[in-house]
Parts: sequence; C-alpha cells; structure tokens
Amino acid sequence: MSGVRVLVGTRKGAFILNSDERRKDWEITGPHFGGWEMFHLKGSPVDPNRIYASQASDWFGQTMHRSDDGGQTWQTVGSEFGYQGVPGTHQWYDGTPHPWEFKRVWHLEPSLTDPDTVYAGVEDAALFKSTDAGATWTELSGLRTHSTGNRWQPGAGGMCLHSIILDPVDPDRIFVAISAAGAFRSDDGGTTWTPVNKGLRSEYIPDEDAEVGHCVHNIAMHPSRPETLFMQKHWDVMRTDNAGDLWHEVSGNLPSDFGFPIEVHAHEPETVYVVPIKSDSEHFPPDGKLRVYRSRSGGNEWEALTNGLPQQDCYVNVLRDAMAIDSLDSCGVYFGTTGGQVYASADSGDSWAPIVRDLPAVMSVEVQTLR
Amino acid sequence: MIRVILPPHLRTLARSGKEVELDVAAPVTPSSVIDALEGMYPTLRGTIRDHQTKQRRPMVRFFACEQDISHDSLEAPLPEVIATGKEPFWIIGAISGG
Repeated sequence: MSGVRVLVGTRKGAFILNSDERRKDWEITGPHFGGWEMFHLKGSPVDPNRIYASQASDWFGQTMHRSDDGGQTWQTVGSEFGYQGVPGTHQWYDGTPHPWEFKRVWHLEPSLTDPDTVYAGVEDAALFKSTDAGATWTELSGLRTHSTGNRWQPGAGGMCLHSIILDPVDPDRIFVAISAAGAFRSDDGGTTWTPVNKGLRSEYIPDEDAEVGHCVHNIAMHPSRPETLFMQKHWDVMRTDNAGDLWHEVSGNLPSDFGFPIEVHAHEPETVYVVPIKSDSEHFPPDGKLRVYRSRSGGNEWEALTNGLPQQDCYVNVLRDAMAIDSLDSCGVYFGTTGGQVYASADSGDSWAPIVRDLPAVMSVEVQTLR
Repeated sequence: MIRVILPPHLRTLARSGKEVELDVAAPVTPSSVIDALEGMYPTLRGTIRDHQTKQRRPMVRFFACEQDISHDSLEAPLPEVIATGKEPFWIIGAISGG
C-alpha cells in the first residue's frame, strides 16, 4: 500500500506525520530533538528510509543527524562545515565588508542517485557536499569564491543558501539560490558557477541589470522540464524556460507577488503554487485570508484555493521551505505555518484540511511518497 | 573522576542525564574536561567549542565553585575540588531567550 511521510521542522523540534494514500487519517510522532530548532529534514529519493536533518542552535551551533529507518531512530553525523581557504568578505547590510562566518544549514538536498550523497546549503552562503552519508562535508568552493561573492549581502533572514535543485537529466547541472545574491547554475557538478539572474528587477537595486544582489526566496522545477524554473522572489513571481539565462515575470493577477515558497505540481509541469504574503514588512496573508494560489498555465493566471483554509483573522506566515508536493496519482500539496499548523490537500489544492494545528512555528515541510 | 553538569539541550543530544562523570588526566583544565567529554559523547563535538577555532561558543558559560570562569583561559587549571570530583564543573547555556 502506498502512503506519505511528511517531515516537519519546527522551532522546537521535528515531527513526522504518516498517512496512507487517502491522506485523511494521520499518525504523528515527535517531537524529535525536542527543544532544538530543526531547520530542515529531507529524505533520500533513492532510499526513503534515509533521512537527513539539520538542527541548529544559537547557543550550541550546528549539529546534523541521519536516520536509516524512516525517522524512528537517529544518529548524529558530522557537523564540521569549514570554508575552503581564507573565506574573505561579503557585503554587510550597510554595504561594508563583513567576514564570511558559518552559522547554520538551511537546506539539505539528497542526491537523486546515491543515498550516501547529500548537499547542504548554508549561511553564510555556501554549498557543501557529503559523499559518506553526512559523516564529513566538503565545500564546493567555486560558488562562494565566484568573482561576485564580495557583493553578496544578507537578506532579513541572513545570507543563506536556501534552494538546491539537482537536474534529473543532466547530473552535472545544479541550481542554487541565495538571499540576497540570486540564482546560480553549475554545469560541471558544482565546480564552477554562473549567476543566472537576467530579467530580475529588484526595487532596492538601482542598477536594473545587476548581476547579483537579488533576494530570491525560493525556486522550483518540474523534473520533466529541467530548463523551466519558477521563482518566488522577494517581490515578483518569475519564470525561465532556458535554465535561468533569462527570466520573465508571471505574477499576473496575484493579490500580492511577495511570498516565500513556490512549488510545481507532480504531474502537471505548468501547474504552480505560491502563497501570497502582504508585503516584506507585513509577513502575513493579504486581508487575513490564508490562500494558496494555483496557476494551471505556468503563471500569470492564478486562482485562489481557499476550501478548508482560514478566511478571516489569519496572520501567519509560510516560510520558503515549508511547502511540499507528493507524487501520488492525485497530487498532494502540503504547507506549514509560523502558527504551527500543517495543512494538506490530497486533490491538488482543491480542498484542504489541517493535519495538526498546534505545533511550534513551522520552519520546513517535506514529503516522501512511499510505495 | 570529574563531574560535569550539562545544560538541558546538550543532555538531549548526548542522551545523558544532568550530570556525567569523566576520567580526565592531569592537568585538569576546561580544555581537558571538554576533550574528555567529547571523547565520551562525540555528539557534543562542536557544540561547546567552535569546530574550527576551538573557542568557547559565545552563548555558553563555564562555572567552577559557583564562580563564572567563562573568560579565563581554557588551559587554566581548575580548582582542586573540581579535579577531585568533590564539586562539579558546570556548562551552562546563557539565558537570552529562545
């Protein structure tokens, strides 16, 4: 029997939510690592029992964990993330140089082919790779040492590498996104990198053709269309059909084009989901209505999905890694809020129900489709 | 035998109780105590001292005989009552919210 396993990272621990393919009745376990901030958990697409987890603390630093039994038990793995060479400086908020300092792992991206290989996107922005199931980590330093690196700057959440997309067709192609530097592409397995930000316009950057400095919030790809990426930028929802060489805006009729997560339907590469947020200072849904917006036309034309979501007095946020898609025949969509709710839709977003309502603030949501 | 009191978060990580006991060869210093602690509980590596610099993390404090020794050298000998296990060495997470 098929089913799903939803991995939820919160400010005070991790939770695992299990259901069968109906996605109606849920078994909830946790908190795992109670009291710790769990930034991100993600399972290997090759071996679903293999799950990697990032646990961060302002007090005690970064620790990393791995489960080999679907999240029932965990072992602590390596957490030494050392920048290669002398790290140098990036821009601080006020434009002054600031030393590169490792703070935490924001995002884990397990390999599409090898359960022992996993990538980690970190703050201050850099990409690391482990090929021994998380025991040791090596920086792919060509990204951080790109000639634009000294012009990258932190967004409000820090200078984080938060999105990693591994091309399912070309194993040498990787996309990453950094706030606030922009999107980057490697065509040689992560050795060298090219900024792919043409077409992005950012109000806070007077130079309309700025190569870097853009506050990208999240990027997404459908595996059948690896040249097409969708982006939720600080403001603007964007699309590229040539692997980032040129982007164009597809915000269309959204009530606000500010937001954090963006996802693509599992079976419909032109169906895209976003959660509009009112503004960069008002991190809550417009009009107090929690609405997921779905475009079935690859952007520009968006419909509000509201059935089962609170439509008054709702002022939560949905963070950039807190939305996920399963690949069951009837595509499931999931998202978590800073108010501790995790919502699920088993019908591509037509209707929603909370799996849980009262978790700590949700940092990340991932889902594993189990067959 | 050295006695070490751990803060709650590190007890979770080490899967230990509040107090752990360690064998530490002389001279007994904060460094040698933490080395022994990390040897017995590898999951604590990097949580008390930074991996690279080996310096105390800014929001971690050390106490001996009710005195804050966080800003003393990590190589300074600890008091005899700590070295003999009569008093514990305290590792504390700074109180600053969270």
